[in-house]
Amino acid sequence: MAQIFPEWTNKVPIVIIAVLGLLLLGGVGFIWYYFSPRYTDVGYRPRQPVAYSHKLHAGDLGMDCRYCHTGVERSAVAGVPPIQTCMNCHKLIKPDSEKLLPIRESWRTGEPIEWIRVHKIPDYAYFNHSSHVRAGVGCKSCHGDITEMEVVTQVEPLSMSWCLDCHRDPDMALRPLGEITNMKWEPPGDQPLLAGQFKKERKISPPVDCSGCHR
Amino acid sequence: MDNRMVSVAAEEPLIMGNQTFHAVTDTISKIIEGKTPKLWYLAISISGSVALMFFGLIGYLVWQGIGIWGLQIPVAWGWAIVNFVFWVGIGHAGTLISAILFLLRQRWRTSINRFAEAMTIFAVICAGVFPAIHVGRMWVLHWVFPLPNQMSLWPNFRSPLLWDFFAVGTYFTCSFLFWYLGLVPDLATLRDRATNKIKKIIFGILSIGWRGGNRQWKHYELAYLLLAGISTPLVLSVHSVVSTDFSVSILPGWHTTIFPPYFVAGAIFSGFAMVMTLAIITRKIFGLENFITVNHLEKMNKIMLVTGMMVGYAYSCEFFIAWYSGNIYEQFAFINRAFGPYAWAYWIMVTCNVAVPQIFWFKKLRRSVPVMFVATIFINIGMWFERFVIVVTSLSADFLPSSWGYFSPTKYDIGLLIGSFGLFFTLFLLFLRFLPMIAMSEVKGVLPQADPHHHGHDIANRRRDS
Repeated sequence: MAQIFPEWTNKVPIVIIAVLGLLLLGGVGFIWYYFSPRYTDVGYRPRQPVAYSHKLHAGDLGMDCRYCHTGVERSAVAGVPPIQTCMNCHKLIKPDSEKLLPIRESWRTGEPIEWIRVHKIPDYAYFNHSSHVRAGVGCKSCHGDITEMEVVTQVEPLSMSWCLDCHRDPDMALRPLGEITNMKWEPPGDQPLLAGQFKKERKISPPVDCSGCHR
Repeated sequence: MDNRMVSVAAEEPLIMGNQTFHAVTDTISKIIEGKTPKLWYLAISISGSVALMFFGLIGYLVWQGIGIWGLQIPVAWGWAIVNFVFWVGIGHAGTLISAILFLLRQRWRTSINRFAEAMTIFAVICAGVFPAIHVGRMWVLHWVFPLPNQMSLWPNFRSPLLWDFFAVGTYFTCSFLFWYLGLVPDLATLRDRATNKIKKIIFGILSIGWRGGNRQWKHYELAYLLLAGISTPLVLSVHSVVSTDFSVSILPGWHTTIFPPYFVAGAIFSGFAMVMTLAIITRKIFGLENFITVNHLEKMNKIMLVTGMMVGYAYSCEFFIAWYSGNIYEQFAFINRAFGPYAWAYWIMVTCNVAVPQIFWFKKLRRSVPVMFVATIFINIGMWFERFVIVVTSLSADFLPSSWGYFSPTKYDIGLLIGSFGLFFTLFLLFLRFLPMIAMSEVKGVLPQADPHHHGHDIANRRRDS
């Protein structure tokens, strides 16, 4: 009886299995890498309606974060300052600057400036700034070195695994309470020891169960 | 006294009609090669329409959400779970027939194993649909796989629902491989008989180079034996794992140690009932009475009698334990089952599953095809109600009397149940039309001609030895 298939077809099943296997692995790897917030969200830098420079204010001028973000120690949200906070200084400093035109306009009309939020956490995840700040987690741990940023950029993925990494092992993120807003603070050599003390003093036990954040 | 001779000699031949090897090949292949019967077109147009309705309803479910079902707290598991357990249970007969009966050298299995296995695969497909649509958010269904992700979340390996996923997945894979492996020699037969090029190529690919050489048979039989060995524990494990979905919880009526064996017995019971229903119809329509003889049917009836009584024992044992435990919540759960708002379902279940199989004590009824056909239909219904009783009655009256409720299905619940039968029968009809429904190569092995000593020499020899 004549052969139905030529000889090379013997290799076809092996090739199909190999290609399918590679596609599967490749597909999982592709989604894992390119669909993760570490790839999609890090580096997010929207253009704000006013060319406000954190580098100038918080860095060069050395203003404390809490001068504007007043809620950060007491509330779930750090808070975006009202226009009055800007005008505290800018009534007198550079009152004629063209760059500050939208600020003065907002001051005159009472229409707030529509700042664009950079660090977003979905509604189904509960996040409280005050509990983190009071536990001694520095601003820099999540927001990066703001004092070097002309325009605020997201530097951390803010993904669930990124949250959990720290909740499972917060040692390197804890600092003395006086250093929370210090962007240049580096953990000292005996940080694990210090962190142990902090955890004891401040009664820190970060939740890692679902309901810790998904309330 | 040596009664071996009597019993062996009294055994009727497995295949009737004094068939030759060629006649076997011819009879079974002709079903596939011949013209499509009109009845088949009629049947598939009905079942196909119902299957399309099934997919349509699933589409609507995805669009609208599971609120279209009758689910409401406290009954958060409804017909979808009932149907899932029902269909997985049906699947068990195929594996039992193909794997366990193979290992036990029950050679009568050869006539029914092929389509029992096919039925298993189709039933597991129907079963698999239900948990998948029951999760509500089907688009995150891939979360059941342990895949790397940005949430550092893995499936909860402590949850029976996950075990279930793996158990049913393994079961489907093994059953499919087993079925396919068994098909290979028959597919090669069809390839060799094929008259046109396309058929030759299709069957050629499917029969993966089978030539029927001695060495191929040797490897084939070893592989078949190994797969039978792998599948055998699955018969017991899959429905045991399904039962842990319930028994691992703390709900009275679910939290019972008897569940795994009880579920397995019920699964085999319902599976055989479904095999019987299908076998009785198919053998009649395709004229296969010589292959699936009344002896085969009688043997399956005996298995149903046994498993039916096991299930009956489990029902009564649950009541005994409820009383014996002294736990008032457990006691209430069972009294509520038999005499509460769902008493009608409970007594349908008891009648169909315990009372009906008792007719098989009588040889006359056991060998009467119409009687057993009606009985298997009752058993199929009863086994569906068994799952309904377990799932719904336990949930509807839980710990807090103020939250008790009564479950009523919506038209979507009913449509999806009927629709799953449509899918099942569509797949089965396609199988009947395009694949050999009886394992030709295996049936040939049980013909008298396959035994060189078929004139009774070996019985005489054995007698001399003893």
